[in-house]
Amino acid sequence: MGLSEAARIQPARRRLVELLLGGGVLSSIAAFVYPVLRYLIPPPVPDLGGDEVVASKVADMKPSSSKVFRFGTRPALLLMTAEGEYRALSAVCTHLSCTVQYRNDLHQVWCACHNGLYDLTGRNVSGPPPRPLETFQVHVRGDEIVVSRKREA
Amino acid sequence: MSLFTGVQAWLDERFHWAELIGPLKKKTVPIHKLSYWYFLGGITLFLFFIQVGTGILLLLYYRPGANEAFESVQYIMTRVQFGWLIRSIHSWAANLMIFTAFAHMFSVIFLRAYRKPRELTWLSGMILLFLAMGFGFSGYLLPWNTLAFFATKVGTEITGRVPVIGHSMMVFLRGGEEVTGATLTRFFGFHVAVLPGLTALFVLIHLGLVQYFGMSVPPGLESRWKASPGEARQMKFFPNFLLRELMAWYIALGVLGALAAILPWELGTKADPFAAAPAGIRPEWYFMFMFQTLKEIPAKLWFMDGEVVGILVFGFAGFLWLLLPFFDRLGRGRGRRLIMGAGLFALSYIIALTIYGYMAK
Amino acid sequence: MDTWRNNGFLRALFVLLVVSASAGKVFAQVQNTCLDCHGALDPPLQVTEQQFSTDVHSQKGLTCASCHGGDPAKADMDAMSKAAGFRGKIQRSQIPELCGHCHSDGAFMRNYNPSLQTDQLSQYKTSVHGKLFAKGDTKVAVCIDCHGVHGLRPARDTRSKVHPLNIAQTCAHCHADASYMKGYRIPTDQFAQYSTSVHHDALAVRGDLSAPTCTTCHGNHGAAPPGVDSVQNVCSKCHVFQDQMYEKSTHKAAFQSAGLPGCVVCHSNHGITHPTDAKLGTGPQATCMQCHKPGDVCDQARVEMLTGLTRLDEAFKNAHNVLGLAETSGMEVSQARLDEDQAGDALTKARVTIHSFRQDLVDHDIKEGLQIASKTLQTAQNALAERDYRRKGLGLALVFILMSVVGLFLYIRQLEGHAPKV
Repeated sequence: MGLSEAARIQPARRRLVELLLGGGVLSSIAAFVYPVLRYLIPPPVPDLGGDEVVASKVADMKPSSSKVFRFGTRPALLLMTAEGEYRALSAVCTHLSCTVQYRNDLHQVWCACHNGLYDLTGRNVSGPPPRPLETFQVHVRGDEIVVSRKREA
Repeated sequence: MSLFTGVQAWLDERFHWAELIGPLKKKTVPIHKLSYWYFLGGITLFLFFIQVGTGILLLLYYRPGANEAFESVQYIMTRVQFGWLIRSIHSWAANLMIFTAFAHMFSVIFLRAYRKPRELTWLSGMILLFLAMGFGFSGYLLPWNTLAFFATKVGTEITGRVPVIGHSMMVFLRGGEEVTGATLTRFFGFHVAVLPGLTALFVLIHLGLVQYFGMSVPPGLESRWKASPGEARQMKFFPNFLLRELMAWYIALGVLGALAAILPWELGTKADPFAAAPAGIRPEWYFMFMFQTLKEIPAKLWFMDGEVVGILVFGFAGFLWLLLPFFDRLGRGRGRRLIMGAGLFALSYIIALTIYGYMAK
Repeated sequence: MDTWRNNGFLRALFVLLVVSASAGKVFAQVQNTCLDCHGALDPPLQVTEQQFSTDVHSQKGLTCASCHGGDPAKADMDAMSKAAGFRGKIQRSQIPELCGHCHSDGAFMRNYNPSLQTDQLSQYKTSVHGKLFAKGDTKVAVCIDCHGVHGLRPARDTRSKVHPLNIAQTCAHCHADASYMKGYRIPTDQFAQYSTSVHHDALAVRGDLSAPTCTTCHGNHGAAPPGVDSVQNVCSKCHVFQDQMYEKSTHKAAFQSAGLPGCVVCHSNHGITHPTDAKLGTGPQATCMQCHKPGDVCDQARVEMLTGLTRLDEAFKNAHNVLGLAETSGMEVSQARLDEDQAGDALTKARVTIHSFRQDLVDHDIKEGLQIASKTLQTAQNALAERDYRRKGLGLALVFILMSVVGLFLYIRQLEGHAPKV
């Protein structure tokens, strides 16, 4: 198309086209760049905690006490035995998946649903549970107690 | 002097810019009824760029390793701002890219663009298709969910059935005898380093060859245009065809965005190597036709194992497929008909077996 | 016959024939020649080597003679010698004492299995079976009826008649047989009822070996129905919370003074089906209204509890549905699912609290549950809102893309003087 032909098209029409094209391209580029920029900003929670979680502060745990915390998408139990050792177990009962609790009077882990009992290493010792509770590793890091999944070999 | 021409002058003084882009400015695209098919290659390239882009973004948050992979993808989907968008676009574009790659290949067959002198273009293109499927296979495992784990198990198992070298191939792929975290690490290495490097190389070769030979025209039209050159219609690549390609790319982008927002890619459940395989394990759709074929073959064919026969047949067919252009000049017109027939058969077979594979469960 | 008895050669020949005819014998250590003949006989005298080798007694080195007497080393009819103590077929009336001869002897059993109980016979004597047996009734169960004989496996073995998975069938062999049980004046529908129960479902269908079967509640050797006052003790072995609440409730005193069997009154004994809120209602499954009068204070409390539970159940289901909607729209809701589990737990807890029969306690649990359910609903609705936000964002982006595509189209037209054609 020659320049003279182009000039015959009304300037208004040309402006509209330029506006549409320019505006469309710019705004669509913005619509792509905006999410990417937001994506690059690290979220406030740096970890989903699937592998490692701060279960508690050292100061909050006393001998023969326990704390329920979230580990990944399931509840877990942090214990401190009478001798001062930390243990971390899954809090999901292996019988019918109720949430277990620590019983200070028994020094055992108890499931209220059908009276199942586990010892403090997670072994099922009485009642319906067919398998021991899953165990996790516990480290103390500074003033925090960190629970992590056992590493795959 | 506008900014645009100013920059051009600056480049020209140093790199003889005008000379360099001269031939590109003269590049034309033949226009005929079937020209729309020319877009497919460009769309595949565009989707590859999308993959590289979203892939790099995903790399900022993804963690390879059986303990963390699934959780990191979950993190991307739920915590990272627009992580769901980047991840879903990556998964959808992967499938779309393989689809357009296949469509591009079949259009090349039916438009007979593989003919001399473009044999190497065909070869490099086929290699790119295999690399794309390798991308798909390796990438599928990376979220480390149940479906992916078992699909990889089955897929590498089949590789292991190849005679003589099968077992070594399987061990190489798996990083061991079984599918484990080592497999994940290995697939990650393939997916983000080995395959991108090879693909970049072959894309350059492929594009270079396409530039060198120009766009192919269907043979009937070609001879007509040779006879009366006045009839030949060409369109300038810059800016006319490029603008149209841009339209196509924009539409593809819109489709991708819609898919990502309305049909987000599933996370699944974390893989447990000790659990039993769930029912209905199957590979991604682009492997389905081969998978279903192997399932249909009876366990024993004469004295040989049915599955091994299937694998060998596919291997041999793939080999012949690579050499397709060289059959074109067999006999008079016979080679051509053979190739068209093979192309038609392959297309129908792939479609039929893929549909059958999904229905027969 | 004289020739036979006195002809040593003939007898030796016979021995040779019999021994060679029983090739494949496995008894290297202990000789048990009885099976040489009895393996070839027809029932009821038939006991094959294969059958007896599965018997735990045989595996411990006992022979036929251990129970039947005689001499297992002798090769022919001499084995059945009265001099060697041969007793022939043991009469049913002799069986418990015979088994008890070893099994009640602590010192003897210690040689074989120190942790095995030795009170079976004394327990048996306290059971309904044992008491009737003492009066001369030989139709009742004796040891071999439940444990089998000649192919007796330990209870741990899944093929044993007294393995937990098989016990109900074993008891039903007699107790479900109406003609056999005629004259005892007890029902024969226990097994049929039990088969409809949640316990049967857990045990036989889900394979949960901790679920109760007949002997769990009735005892095994000392089998007897738990007394009316003892039912609660039996159930409380597993259902601890329900027991604790019932113990402090008004119903405990009321049922006890009326001589009613505790838990069984509302839940039945054998056909314990999964309890639903309908038990609190007025329909066919209504339990409370079987005793209470419409309009009295208990009826009002019942209505309150049922209303509360229904409200919590609906709130839970609502949250569940919205969450499902969010999930199928592609939203990632695993955290919300965790919260939802807690809401489900709260509902279960409220239902357990019914056993206190105190409306205020049930109310308290329901309030807690409603809080959790509303939190889950909130999370689910947030997920849906996020989904809508994404779709709006998509819409906007599509508008820009459309603008660009139309703009390109018009630009090409402007450039070329006609609508874009490839």
